[in-house]
Formats: sequence, C-alpha cells, structure tokens
Amino acid sequence: MESEQLFHRGYYRNSYNSITSASSDEELLDGAGVIMDFQTSEDDNLLDGDASIGTHYTMTNGGNINSSTHLLDLLDEPIPGVGTYDDFHTIDWVREKCKDRERHRRINSKKKESAWEMIKSLYDAWSGWLVVTLTGLASGALAGLIDIAADWMTDLKEGICLSALWFNHEQCCWGSNETTFEERDKCPQWKTWAELIIGQAEGPGSYIMNYIMYIFWALSFAFLAVSLVKVFAPYACGSGIPEIKTILSGFIIRGYLGKWTLMIKTITLVLAVASGLSLGKEGPLVHVACCCGNIFSYLFPKYSTNEAKKREVLSAASAAGVSVAFGAPIGGVLFSLEEVSYYFPLKTLWRSFFAALVAAFVLRSINPFGNSRLVLFYVEYHTPWYLFELLPFILLGVFGGLWGAFFIRANIAWCRRRKSTKFGKYPVLEVIIVAAITAVIAFPNPYTRLNTSELIKELFTDCGPLESSSLCDYRNDMNASKIVDDIPDRPAGTGVYSAIWQLCLALIFKIIMTVFTFGIKVPSGLFIPSMAIGAIAGRIVGIAVEQLAYYHHDWFIFKEWCEVGADCITPGLYAMVGAAACLGGVTRMTVSLVVIVFELTGGLEYIVPLMAAVMTSKWVGDAFGREGIYEAHIRLNGYPFLDAKEEFTHTTLAADVMRPRRSDPPLAVLTQDNMTVEDIENLINETSYNGFPVIMSKESQRLVGFALRRDLTIAIESARKKQEGIVGSSRVCFAQHTPSLPAESPRPLKLRSILDMSPFTVTDHTPMEIVVDIFRKLGLRQCLVTHNGIVLGIITKKNILEHLEQLKQHVEPLAPPWHYNKKRYPPSYGPDGKPRPRLHNVQLKPIAEEREETEEEVHLLNSTTL
Amino acid sequence: MKRRRRNTWVESHSLLFLCEGVRGAETSPSCFPGWAQTLIQQWLLYQGQAGSIQPWLHQNSEDVRCKCICPPYKDHSGHIYNKNVSQKDCDCLHVVEPMPVPGPDVEAYCLRCECKYEERSSVTIKVTIIIYLSILGLLLLYMVYLTLVEPILKRRLLGHSQLIQSDEDIGDHQPFANAHDVLARSRSRANVLNKVEYAQQRWKLQVQEQRKSVFDRHVVLS
Repeated sequence: MESEQLFHRGYYRNSYNSITSASSDEELLDGAGVIMDFQTSEDDNLLDGDASIGTHYTMTNGGNINSSTHLLDLLDEPIPGVGTYDDFHTIDWVREKCKDRERHRRINSKKKESAWEMIKSLYDAWSGWLVVTLTGLASGALAGLIDIAADWMTDLKEGICLSALWFNHEQCCWGSNETTFEERDKCPQWKTWAELIIGQAEGPGSYIMNYIMYIFWALSFAFLAVSLVKVFAPYACGSGIPEIKTILSGFIIRGYLGKWTLMIKTITLVLAVASGLSLGKEGPLVHVACCCGNIFSYLFPKYSTNEAKKREVLSAASAAGVSVAFGAPIGGVLFSLEEVSYYFPLKTLWRSFFAALVAAFVLRSINPFGNSRLVLFYVEYHTPWYLFELLPFILLGVFGGLWGAFFIRANIAWCRRRKSTKFGKYPVLEVIIVAAITAVIAFPNPYTRLNTSELIKELFTDCGPLESSSLCDYRNDMNASKIVDDIPDRPAGTGVYSAIWQLCLALIFKIIMTVFTFGIKVPSGLFIPSMAIGAIAGRIVGIAVEQLAYYHHDWFIFKEWCEVGADCITPGLYAMVGAAACLGGVTRMTVSLVVIVFELTGGLEYIVPLMAAVMTSKWVGDAFGREGIYEAHIRLNGYPFLDAKEEFTHTTLAADVMRPRRSDPPLAVLTQDNMTVEDIENLINETSYNGFPVIMSKESQRLVGFALRRDLTIAIESARKKQEGIVGSSRVCFAQHTPSLPAESPRPLKLRSILDMSPFTVTDHTPMEIVVDIFRKLGLRQCLVTHNGIVLGIITKKNILEHLEQLKQHVEPLAPPWHYNKKRYPPSYGPDGKPRPRLHNVQLKPIAEEREETEEEVHLLNSTTL
Repeated sequence: MKRRRRNTWVESHSLLFLCEGVRGAETSPSCFPGWAQTLIQQWLLYQGQAGSIQPWLHQNSEDVRCKCICPPYKDHSGHIYNKNVSQKDCDCLHVVEPMPVPGPDVEAYCLRCECKYEERSSVTIKVTIIIYLSILGLLLLYMVYLTLVEPILKRRLLGHSQLIQSDEDIGDHQPFANAHDVLARSRSRANVLNKVEYAQQRWKLQVQEQRKSVFDRHVVLS
C-alpha cells in the first residue's frame, strides 16, 4: 500500500492495471482452506449520527495526493452521516486523526481568503483552550456545589441549624461563643433531632431518637439516589472511571457523558455521600468533569465532529476532575496521564494542566469548607521522620497491597454474582439493604458515624495540645513552661486505648462494607473509603510505634532519635502513608498517587516514605494479580479495552488470529466495479460485519480499499433518495473510472468517496507482537491481513482481545508453533498445473451468522474468567 | 422603564462589589469569596429578584472570624475564643477577652494559643443549598409524575379511547413503557408541540435502553 501512495493518483490507476494484468502469471494464493469471515464486529464503528452531519472525509495518507482528494470532494457532494459511529463501537483513531488533519488543512488554506475566514481559523485554533477553560470552570463550580450540599446533607442526619437552615453543623456554630474546649461542635443554634422531637439533649431516649433519625435519613437519601438513577439516568451509577478509561481508549457509549447523566450524577452523588454509605465522591467527580468536557465540546465543531479530538478534551477534563476532588492540580494531570488516558500527546498535557488550574481556582474561590483549602482533610506537618520509620511504612505498604488484592478479588466476585445471578434484578432493594446495614452498624461507633472525609481528617491530624479528641487523650506530664510546637512522645491514656478499639472495629466494618458498596447502583467512588481504611490502619500502627518508642527508648533503633522527651513519632503521618498505600493497592497507581497525597500535605519531606509505601503496596498487590480495580471492572464488563501497560509475550502470527478461521465461512468482500446496489444491500442484510474489504475482482482478489458498513448503508440510502436513476440493478463503482456498461443499463452509483483507500494491512506472517503494538499505538479498529497483495482476512480489536484472553487461559508451549516458517496455504495451482478457480476463495454471500443484539456484543470477553 | 432602572441599580452595586473586592485583596490573601459572591448576586439580580436580596449585598459581617484555641494552662481549662476582627488583628492579644491570666502570664498563655483567621461566604452556601434543593425537588416531582401520575392518566385516556385493545399495555408498570407507541404516533404528526413531545419520547427511549443495558442485561456498569 505504501508504495502505491508514492504515485500520483493519475498514475495510480495505471500502475494498478499493470499489476492486475501481471497477476495472472504470478503465483497467487489459493485460499481453498482459508476462509475469512470479515468480522469487524462490535468493537468497530463510531459516533453520534447527528453530531457530524455534513462531515465528509476522504482517507489520505500522503500529502502529494492531496489535490486529487480535493477534486474528489468537489465531484461527490458529501453524504451526511458518513464517518460516524454507532453506539457500543470502537472508533478508528487513525481515520479520525486524518480527518482532523484534513480539516485543519482546509481551514488553513482558506485562511488568507478573507478576514472572516481568518477570524474563523483563529477561533478554531483557540477552541481547544476555550473548551478546557469552560470545562475547568464548570467542574470547579460543580465540585463546589457537591461539597457544600454533601456537607449539609450529611449533617442533616444529625440535626439542623435552626437559625439558618442552610448551614451545616460547623457553619452553624461558626460565630458562636458558646463552644467549649472539650466539646467544640456544640452550640445552642444547632439542634439534634432528639432535641427537636422529644426535647431532651441527653439520655438514652435522645440517643435512640437520634439513632432512628440517622437511619431514617440514611435510608431516604439512599432510596432517593437509587430511584433517581433508575428513572432518569442509569448510566450515572458507579464510579465511572472504568468506563471513562474505556471511552478514552476509543469506545463509544452514547449518553454516558450526556446532560442527564451529568445532572443526575451530580444530584445523586450528594445523596449517596450523605447517606453515609461507604463511598466517596472523588471517582464520580472525574465522571462529572468528563461530562462537562463532552457537553462543552459540542460548542466547537473541531471537537464535536471528531471523536479522537474529543478524547483529548476528555483527558483534560479528567485531570480537572481529580484536581477538584483532591485539591491536587498536578496530581490530577498525572492521574489523567497514568491512569485514565490512552492517547496523551504533549498538547493534551498542557491543556490538562490548564484545565486543572482553572478548576482548582474556581473551587478555591467558592471555598466550600471555609478553611481556604480545596479538601477537607488538608493537613500540615513539619515534624521530621527518621530512617527506622521506613520499616513501619513498608509494613503499611504490605498491608495496602494485601487490602488491594483482597478488595479486588472480593469485589469482583460480588459484582460477578450481581451480574450473572438473579440477585442483580433488585438494584433498589440492594442499595436499601446496604444503606440500612451501614447505618445501623455505623451509628454506635463515633468513628464510623462521622462523614468519611472528616474521619480521614481526624486521623491525619497530629495530636497537638489544641486537640481534645479521645485519639489525643495522652497522659500529660509535661511541665507548663514548654512551648506548644514540640510535644514529646507521651504515654497513651485510656482515651487512646478505647479509641484504638473503636478504630479496629471501624476498620473491619469499613473493609467489609466497602466490598459490598462499590458497584451498587448509586454514584460511588472508591478513593475515600480506601483512604479511610489505610488511614485507620496507619493511625493504629502509628500509635503502636509511638508507644513502643516511648516505653523502649533504649532499644538500639530508637536510641539515636527517641530519647525521653523527644518528639520522634507522628501518628498522623502514619495515617497518611497508610492511606496512600491502600489507595495504591487498590488502584495500582504510583506517581500520581504520591503527588496527590503530597499535595494534600504540602510537605516535601514526606515524599520518600510515601514512595516506599506506595511502591511496596504495588509490588505486593501485583504479586496477587496484576490488574487494578479499574482494569478488573473493565474486564468484568467485557469492554474492548486494549491495555497499553500489558506486555504481549507470545509467538503467534497474524494468520492465527485473523478471521475467518479455517472452519468459518469465507470473508465477505465487495468487488470494486461489478456489484449492483442490490448485491450490496443483500450482503449488508445477511451479514453483521461492520466493514467489507473491497477487491479488484473475484479473479484477482487484490485489495483496493475498505468500506464501512455504516457508511455503505448511509450512502446507498441517500443515493436512492437523492440521485436520479439509482435502482437495485445499478452498478456500484468504487473505482476511479466507471467501467463501460451496456447502453440500456442504469446509471452506476459512485461510492469512491466512502472508500478508505489506505486501510492498514499486515502480511499473514507478521508476529502478533507487532500487530498488537500497532493496534495499541495507532488505535486501529481493524487491520487487513494480506499475502502477496491478496486479502486473506481481517483482524479486529475484538479478535485481539479474544486472542489475549485465550492465551491467558492456555499457556502457550515454549516451542515455536508448528506453522513457524512453514508454508501455510496450499499452492494456487491445481493438480493440472492451471490456476484454480478463485470463486471458492472469496465468496460474496457468506452464510449469515447468528448474532446477538448490539448491547450483547459489548460483553465480549468470557465472563467466567477473572 | 423598569428594566432600565434595574440596570442602573446593578451597575452601582457592581461598583460596590468591586470596591469590596479590592478591599478584600488588601486585607486577606483571598478576595475570591467576594468575587464569587458578586457573580452569584448578579446572577440572582438577573433572575429579577432584586428587591428580595438587597439585605445580602453587603458582605455578611459574620462571614469572617478569628478563632483562638487556647489549651489548658496551669489551673485554667482550655478555652475557645471567637471574635469578628480583621485579619491583621487576629492574634491572641486582640481576641482573648477577658484575659483569664494575670499580666505576667499573658505572654506564656498567648504563646500556646493558636489563632486562625477564617472566611466563608454564607451567601454562597445559602444559594448553593437553595439551588440544590430546588433541582432535587423538581426532579422528584418529575419522577413522581413519570412513575405514578402519567401511567394513571394514560390508562384513563386509553380506557376511554381504545377499550378493546388496551389490555396488554396496562400491565406494564415500568415508567416510559409506552414510549414506543407515542414515538410512533408523534412522528406522524408534525407541529412544534409535537416536536417537543417527540424529543421527550426520544429521551425516554434512550433512558429505557440504558436501563435495559444496566439493570436487565448487565452489560455495562455492573
């Protein structure tokens, strides 16, 4: 193919002719045994039909055939809808990028014509920055809304601010002078439900009343959330990150990033967080930001008509989402780069950076927590850490890795159960039950009753003299003249021991509930519960190490740093390291996670402990299974996601993977100039393939190009409507020149404009290693397999995913496969020395295969494997 | 006439906000809350509620505080002091009143206190909660309408018009269950109202599809 592009198109045809004439003498393959089923199935095919009306693309790979492309543009008027994708299909990155370059060239060439065109081109050049600015603004504002509303509703479970109903507990007591040192959150303006309903603030009666109201509110919030999700936008449930990863890798899920999803996700996220379920808002915020990015990209034709360009905006949007979720703009950019994005050029990096900046700025202006910080659990430490502490940090890393591995297994098993058994039929009931159990168990324990973010904040905060919580109930024997900043390690008081017991119970509770919560049909993020689990474990370890150092300060490891009266252990730091380790174990992120946590603390000196813990947790987690929770969910749902992180280490060849297989019906192909409209329509009706290779003729079988099913249907339909004289028996011509036809035959239908003349091809002996690499790096949708220029079959993304899955199950023998360097196909000459007839090789009307509906097709991986 | 008056009103007050913003920038590292507040207030003005929000215009004097937490010292128990002062006055000496310790101990006592200057925007909070609750309320109403009221109305209409063939439709209590019929019917007629109905039905169909793939077939998001 490549060499052909060197010819000017004027010569193109001639050279082709010469090849054709020569071909009869060549040894051609006889594919008697090779039957191809051209199956570009579900993972192909593209975008919103109505979004790209009027876009006309012509595939060109070389600059020198540009002029003829324009000629073609003029000759055939563009057909609306061509070049778009269906729901649940994969986009073709190469085609989209070509389309964008073509568009860019067109705008550039018009630029000098008039001032208006100049302005238009400037607008086009700036639209990328504009759309990320708008996305940043919107996601910052929405994050502010979610933060404020979720805080208020969480506190609504306890009571209400009588003087101003819209204040949460803390804001209610904002200006109050009645707060005391021991009970900082009590003020007369804030009424608990028991005070309001039965009029007593203390005693068992009020406790029970508060308990009942807590459960009542939790249940009603959960019920509202799940019913809103069910009625208005089912796509709003879950965390959204696995789907966004899949979408960014080039999959179309229509409506997933739409207006209704955005609205319902924003509204129900608040309800879900407020209901006290063990979930967080960070993952869904990424989804919310991506919805904003998608909606704003519709304002700019550059992005609305091009799926590949749209994904650049979505990458930037996901950075903005994390930026506002954690108040970590740089962490957001790295998260987008490390975890979510598939295609991440430098331009996108800068735009992500900018989007994250704008979003963080907006959220900071809203100041949702009243502490001039972007997150509730921002902490500041300045105490140093010592070398021996690396050991407990690494232990925390091991814990994080074990938790991650356990969580992924357990959650996936539970989700599979939900997916495959009857139990999944009752999503509302499930949410109610989980919420009820959570509320009933959570209330008695003060650490689980708290909002999870507040719990993390309390665990992260170090015990200064200003703290009065039971976690900081140390026996104080310091003399009064010391200055506050440097508090030596102290023996723990009874409050600390009881707090540790409660924390242990909270840890077990959180571990169990999070497994069952992640995946229920309300917006649910994973970051906060994971961090909470790590923070609890870390705090416990921290206190343990602290007490160890206090009582055994003469041990050789402590001797150097921890003399009596020195402050050497900071339990809050352990909580933070634990949180990072657990999050790392679950998501298997490294760099972005360390940066996020480091941005939360603002202390540069803790990078090494965090790195040590996160790396350990990744190693430990990877020992039990290489994929993070998001990849595991992608696999569970069977999304066509080709992971760029995995290595392909097998020795199979393209010929082993391509369709059709030996036993299948032959490849369905089109010929370039001797099929009628009726033939093609029959072929489309009888097969479910998403594209058809176009060959010279049945005799030569040389590849001309590739035509997509959707484009064919649209083009024929519009031709039948608009062009005169197109009937069922009209010839369809993909060639440059129409063949000479008998005088009485109807006008031929020219479809060269929808033909992709530079389909990606590999030869049948290309190692799969290379093919997989091509698919990953170029984002191909399908690739044709040729031998001596004759099309043998096709490899689609789905075929590759199936192949990978197969290889995972059956470990391949180390020896090279039998066909290695072996001629695969029988000679094309028959026993009589004459070329065999080629009609059997390529059959025009293969037997229609039984296909499930489109939605079923998404589920392409065998669900029995994990 | 009316409109013009409102505009001048807006201008004069936005000037006022500007001044406030500048003042905020001088006194505090963050003048953003004032800025955001201005936006929201302007937005509200354009909603035509100029009269009702007049009291909100001046930055609520309760929106800044200086909070000093003083830990226990000698025989004095810990105490929290809360005062409404500007940022430069936010220190122990200005806020802790009355000073619980005698003169010589003041320095030692104050060294242990931690004073934090905090700002919030009660208007932002109020507006956010109101916006949130009104959207939630509307959605709930619409949900109730779609799931409870509409099927009853439809059944009644069907009962009157198509007594004979309505049996199979009625059993279906799924919301939007009849989207297909309505879509088919509304496509045949064409005027503006029907277009709206058509768009609504199309949306309903989409949601139905989504619901099927999420809740019934479990192909996505499980």
